[in-house]
Amino acid sequence: MSSVLKSRWFTFGLLALGLALLPFLVDAGLGRSWVRLLDLALLYVMLALGLNIVVGYAGLLDLGYVAFYALGAYVYAWLASPHFGLHLPFWAILPLGAALAGLFGVLLGAPTLRLRGDYLAIVTLGFGEIIRIFMNNLNAPVNLTNGPQGINLIDPVRLGSFSLSQPHELFGYTFTGVHLTYYLFLLLTLAVIFISMRLEDSRIGRAWVAIREDETAAAATGINTRNLKLLAFAMGATFGGLAGGLFASFQGFISPESFNLMESIMILCMIVLGGMGHIPGVIFGALLLTLLPEALRYTGDWQRNLFGQIYVDPADLRMLLFGMALVAVMLYRPAGMFPSTRRRREFADAKG
Amino acid sequence: MSALLSISQLSVAYGGIQAVRDLSLEVAPGEMVCLIGANGAGKTTTLKAISGLIAPQAGSVHFDGQALTRLPAHEVARRGLTLVPEGRGVFPRMSVVENLMMGAYTRRDRATIARDLDQVYALLPRLTERRAQLAGLLSGGEQQMLALGRAMMARPRLLLLDEPSMGLAPLMVQAVFDIIRQIAAGDVAVLLVEQNAHLALKTCARGYVLENGVVTLSGMSADLSANPAVRQAYLGE
Repeated sequence: MSSVLKSRWFTFGLLALGLALLPFLVDAGLGRSWVRLLDLALLYVMLALGLNIVVGYAGLLDLGYVAFYALGAYVYAWLASPHFGLHLPFWAILPLGAALAGLFGVLLGAPTLRLRGDYLAIVTLGFGEIIRIFMNNLNAPVNLTNGPQGINLIDPVRLGSFSLSQPHELFGYTFTGVHLTYYLFLLLTLAVIFISMRLEDSRIGRAWVAIREDETAAAATGINTRNLKLLAFAMGATFGGLAGGLFASFQGFISPESFNLMESIMILCMIVLGGMGHIPGVIFGALLLTLLPEALRYTGDWQRNLFGQIYVDPADLRMLLFGMALVAVMLYRPAGMFPSTRRRREFADAKG
Repeated sequence: MSALLSISQLSVAYGGIQAVRDLSLEVAPGEMVCLIGANGAGKTTTLKAISGLIAPQAGSVHFDGQALTRLPAHEVARRGLTLVPEGRGVFPRMSVVENLMMGAYTRRDRATIARDLDQVYALLPRLTERRAQLAGLLSGGEQQMLALGRAMMARPRLLLLDEPSMGLAPLMVQAVFDIIRQIAAGDVAVLLVEQNAHLALKTCARGYVLENGVVTLSGMSADLSANPAVRQAYLGE
């Protein structure tokens, strides 16, 4: 075995060990609520990678992405909660929700094929709002969504008698629900990362980039622009639906409020901030934008430690600092924190 | 009938505006034909209709005996007609070599693709030095050359060129047209759309004159160049 390969396996092993121990370290160092946030952050990594296919690779600005997240969540809630009295197993519902979201991705994509840029953004934004408003109002005449009250008591992920919502004793250690959820989400996130990587480096991935760069020229080189754009919408939506199902099982409760426009914009921010079209960048962006606003809740403590009293209400300061961080990144790193080589070069060359 | 491309009675409209009416045109295998006309005469529209980017209202397009009418653009491209779009249409954030390889998107024969890539570099030495550079940062002339090179990577039998001289400095125009002539010498037919009538008629054996969407004159380039109406309207005499 060559030394390069050896060191690569070593890094890989170290990374795997780190990821496996992470929830315990976080639990010990920061507390249980941060393990929960870690789970949520992994959900957002999946969402951001899904949207990255649509926006980062194919260049289709989708502002209604959260609709697919909502669809996946509601499918899970319908089929595994007392709402309809159905309690199907998660391994059946998760793929179903993802597939249905994918189908809706195509349904949304089809009428927007001729739209580009701003116009596409407006239509997708409308689609996102339509889904949310539907969910908000479909409690009559037939109660499908329970309206703004949302659906409660959604089943956790459960295999036989092994439920992710209960603590389990394994090898003398206690694994709580949030710990176990972390491992499930981590596994699925790694799958999403793997699929994204394979797509990026494929004929399909190159065709998406060509469409993003110049659609007419792409068609002239023999790329079926219609099918490939629909595929991008479908792939992105599928990941969104998967994350939605996981979200429903994780929270145990969903309501239309969780799927508003702000959520779509946050996911888009993760991509732009991290580095559009670049997988490590997108992952970083998702982690940062999930964890930073939470960390900024502690500004009250920091103020007390520094000045002995609280000058600015932490709730106000939190969003202010968060907004300033976004502006600073866009000013000093316009291509994102970890841009792809392509974008980094483009910005560098354009300056020189 | 031995025409490679034959268009008959083609009409295209945008909404209520008639852009091209009853256009008939032929290109023989390996032949260079130009379509000249003023701004807004319908030249680009004609090329878009041939290459499937817009659907014609009426008429037919046949390529090598097969009907192309109403086929989508990527299907047309796969049959050996390659469009080099107006304003160059390279992929700006892809490198030169990535652009060229996109030209071979529909092909699977790796060995011949590699050989064709070498041939394109031989044809376009300026690009050889810049193969790792982003296409969007090339000069206008180099981008036009890259667009031609990318088209060649598809192994076309007919090239549809939309205003290759547009926005280029005179020296660059010469260089680009030298390349077009070399491509045509390799048994690729060319349908050239140009506002620069002088250059187009000098380069191509035959030509068509398009005015307000209608072909008003056609014939050998030498005859067209000698025609008083053409001389007055397009050659500035």
